[in-house]
Amino acid sequence: MAEKESTDRRDADKVTGGRPQMGKHVLLIEDEPNIIEAIRFILERDGWRVSTHSDGADAVEAVGAHRPDVVILDVMLPNRSGFDILKELRGHDGTAALPVLMLTAKGQSRDRALAESVGASRFMTKPFSNQEVLASVRELTGG
Amino acid sequence: MSRRAEHALLLEQRNYRRRRLHDAAFLLPVLAVLLFLLPLMGFRAEDGSEGVVSTRAAGIYFFAAWALLVLAAGVLSVRLVRGGGDERPAGGGDGG
Amino acid sequence: MVGFDTLVVVCIVYVAFLFIIAFAAERHAQGGHAGWLRSPVIYTLSLSIYCTAWTFYGAVGYAARSGLEFLTIYLGPTIVFVGWWWFLRKMVRVGRMQRITSVADLISSRYGKSNLLAVIVTLLAVVGTTPYIALQLQSVTLSFDVFAAPAAEAWAPRDRTSTAFWVAVGLALFTVLFGTRSLDANEQHHGVVTAIAVEAVVKLVALLAVGVFVVWGVAGGPGAVLDRIDESAIAQWQGTGGRWVPLIFLSGAAVICLPRMFQVTVVENSDERHLATASWAFPLYLLLMSLFVVPIAVIGLAVQPPDANPDLFVLTLPLAFERETLALLAFLGGFSSATSMVIVAAIALSTMVSNHIVMPLWLRMREGTATVSGDVRNVALTARRLSIGGVLALGYTYYSFTSGSEALAAIGLISFVGVTQALPALVGGLFWRGATRRGAAAGLIAGFALWLYTLFLPSFGGSWLLPATILADGPFSIHWLRPQALFGIGGDDPLIHAMGWSLGVNTALFVVVSLLSFPSPLERLQGAQFVNVFQHSTGPGGWIGGSAAAEDLLIMSQRLLGAPEAQALFQAAAHRQGKEGNLPDPTREFIDLLERELSGSVGAATAHAMVGQITGGVSVSVEDLLAVADETAQIMEYSAQLEAKSKELAETAAQLRTANAMLTQLSVQKDAFLSQISHELRTPMSSIRAFSEILRDTRGLSQEEFQRFSSIIHDESLRLTRLLDDLLDLSVLENGQVTLHPEEGNLADLLDRAVSAVVPEPRDSRLKIRREPVLEDVPLYTDCDRLRQVFINLIGNALKYCDAAEPELRIKVRVNGTRVAVEFKDNGSGIPEGQQSLIFEKFARLSDHSAAGSAGLGLAICREIMRNLGGSISYMPGPGGARFRVSLPRRVAQAA
Repeated sequence: MAEKESTDRRDADKVTGGRPQMGKHVLLIEDEPNIIEAIRFILERDGWRVSTHSDGADAVEAVGAHRPDVVILDVMLPNRSGFDILKELRGHDGTAALPVLMLTAKGQSRDRALAESVGASRFMTKPFSNQEVLASVRELTGG
Repeated sequence: MSRRAEHALLLEQRNYRRRRLHDAAFLLPVLAVLLFLLPLMGFRAEDGSEGVVSTRAAGIYFFAAWALLVLAAGVLSVRLVRGGGDERPAGGGDGG
Repeated sequence: MVGFDTLVVVCIVYVAFLFIIAFAAERHAQGGHAGWLRSPVIYTLSLSIYCTAWTFYGAVGYAARSGLEFLTIYLGPTIVFVGWWWFLRKMVRVGRMQRITSVADLISSRYGKSNLLAVIVTLLAVVGTTPYIALQLQSVTLSFDVFAAPAAEAWAPRDRTSTAFWVAVGLALFTVLFGTRSLDANEQHHGVVTAIAVEAVVKLVALLAVGVFVVWGVAGGPGAVLDRIDESAIAQWQGTGGRWVPLIFLSGAAVICLPRMFQVTVVENSDERHLATASWAFPLYLLLMSLFVVPIAVIGLAVQPPDANPDLFVLTLPLAFERETLALLAFLGGFSSATSMVIVAAIALSTMVSNHIVMPLWLRMREGTATVSGDVRNVALTARRLSIGGVLALGYTYYSFTSGSEALAAIGLISFVGVTQALPALVGGLFWRGATRRGAAAGLIAGFALWLYTLFLPSFGGSWLLPATILADGPFSIHWLRPQALFGIGGDDPLIHAMGWSLGVNTALFVVVSLLSFPSPLERLQGAQFVNVFQHSTGPGGWIGGSAAAEDLLIMSQRLLGAPEAQALFQAAAHRQGKEGNLPDPTREFIDLLERELSGSVGAATAHAMVGQITGGVSVSVEDLLAVADETAQIMEYSAQLEAKSKELAETAAQLRTANAMLTQLSVQKDAFLSQISHELRTPMSSIRAFSEILRDTRGLSQEEFQRFSSIIHDESLRLTRLLDDLLDLSVLENGQVTLHPEEGNLADLLDRAVSAVVPEPRDSRLKIRREPVLEDVPLYTDCDRLRQVFINLIGNALKYCDAAEPELRIKVRVNGTRVAVEFKDNGSGIPEGQQSLIFEKFARLSDHSAAGSAGLGLAICREIMRNLGGSISYMPGPGGARFRVSLPRRVAQAA
């Protein structure tokens, strides 16, 4: 099992050129179960600790509770838009500088501009490449 | 068709001529005024004194001008009557 | 030497001769063949009453005193007649159209038939003409004196007044006899006009004869005369003195306004073509009349004693050379000049006085009592006869009062300025629609008063009404009110001063008051008829004969029907009549035909009136009424058009706004739709891509992981496919391109199959479905597959979204005639009120958290299906869970 992990890490290294992120914590806020499962799988294989949350309404509280190193935030969430959540996060002292990777399925340039304006650290359109997600979260956590 | 066109052309020319006749009739009194007011613009007596006119010269001038006007009016009136002095607006619109 | 008695006999014979001529002419005219009596020559000769005794005798005196200035009295009329096309033509046309009887009548008629104006103008004419008549009496008397003086100096002064008296009586008799024989509608007097024409010839011949005698008999040829002129006292002439232009203007105005000139020019005119002849023949007459004036004056001055009256050179020169026959002829010329003027002036004045003063007064006195027309007629004739007597009596009184001391020319010019006060109202009335009664009255009254004050009364030299002290110092010694120097402006010439002030104030008041006042409807009607007389009237009488009417009809028809149509109509008619050319004879049949054609355009009554107007069938002019109505109508139409236009614009703008809003909304919807599609497609694609990359890149996946990831990919692929299917389905349904496959079926079967599709194992399902099998047995003829699709969707929604602890769905069926309604009601919390209207829109999932697989197109598709089946689906608001009702006809209408 350990060997398998190291092999995977090598693969990842080959792509991103970075080091594996041992023990870092990522919070995934996303409502589509299959996508949650995919991202969790990828990140956990890379050594991340992955927490998930599916509802927009209490997403900010979830961030406060989990205190992650990086947040992956979907735009289209039940009850509350990802943009609103990010805006609120940026308003709190503790989370103002928190790295946030935004995901959207709409893929319009308007959404990208909006994401930048509310302070997203990175913006990614679905469908995404696994390696890109990995590389992004690594980069955002200073790896 | 060509006969009608010819007729129309003829009518057009007649109308044109008639209108010029009307113009002349309108201009004649203007000419009369000019002719009769001319002495004011410098008919001089032989000694050249200002505003004084030789009765002989002025008399001849006025009667000549007068005769000219009578002649012109005569020619014009004959033409106006013969050419059909019909002066309703369709003819010339000179109602004023 | 011709004795006084001989002179009287000659006069009586001459007058008898005139009587005979007048009588013969009158008889001739009554016989129905006016013929040569109505020739342009007679017309032109009758105009010669402009040359009165003042001209006949006085012009020579005038020339002897002021050189060529006497010419102004002739040049003014020359300009007016040569320019007949401008003014006289219009005045004559108006006079004929309106059956005008005098200058007072013209002005009154123009300004809404105002009797006030008529009275003012009549008074003006009487006051202005009386001295003139006196002047004629004086000249006749003086000429008698010339013959009588050498023989019996003793009785001459005593008999002066009696001579004048008998002359006045004789003239009154003649005028009454021939001037009031009948009350012609058009007031034409053939006898008088003919007699005047004869007199015109006599005076021209007399003056020419004296002239020829003086030039060739005395001076010895034209060259010698010219030399004599150079030697004479009038060799030099102050041509540019300030009087030349004003006097030309004054005489030109007078030839228009003088009552007697108006009488012969307008009232006695029987054919407008005569005016064309007069336009050159009358100036020629004037030229001939003045040709020898200067030679006679020069020779008179040379050979007569210095104290001789130059006004009488025409008589005294032949007498001096003992040419008594010539002198007698000259005397007859002067007599003719005087009598013809007095006769016509008396007729003109009596017409005015009786029509505008006596008759109105008489009618007012008789108010309330029935008046028989014959009665009125007799009264009118009597009034006129009395007026003639009155006018001559006035003239005689004036003559005996002033005892003829003034120079003749002075009286003539004073009279000219008086009658010219009518000019602004006259010219303004003919050329300016805006001229009003008040304006005319204000101008006339002011001008009249100023003339009386500044010229007429001062002309008595301080002997009558206006004392010499006022003349010198002004009334109450107010210096600037001196009659001959108002406001200190005036200069040396009282005539020009008075003319400037009276006509200037007159014109200014006329214009300003006209601009400030509003005309009555009648004034506006008359104004339109006068100013636009050439548009409204038919051609001059007998100008082109029968074709005039046809041409007029054509012109009018072209306006109403359009040129090609009208021409075709006329051509066809001409062809039917067997005529060459385009103009048919205006026969009864043709006119009836035309009337019918025109009535299609303007209505029968108007067509009849218009055609009648041109063919002379009616006397009331509808067109004239229309002329006034037109203006109003145009304004109204214009404003109505504006209103309609702005309304139209507003509507268009509103439509554009609506369209724009719709387009914007559509665009927003389209964006939202595309955005939704993108989201709906990308979500499953994300899973597919992520897991396929995991499968590709991750080594050492367990068999279970491999299985699970593959099946996720598979499921998401199916989801994508379903979504695309739904989209296509919806597109087809929305565009109405769907092909229905109606078949016989039963509602119960359909519901069974729908329920089992959603809940294959009812006992295991969380959702309880309650049905009413008895009521469900409804045979249907419809597209059963499509309907089932709707049911599946609704049952599926209940399964997915019902949030009750123990979800339950009730399906109720109600048959209502040819329709059937199926209701699906669950026991959940239902749909919030604000969103109920949105649920049937595409992708209108009420929140974005739906379970995977729902694309939010379901209800939109249901709605389109029901629409295609001729039914509907609606959400029933109310408490207690979501409630959908599907309603449809039991038998779907067959697609064509």
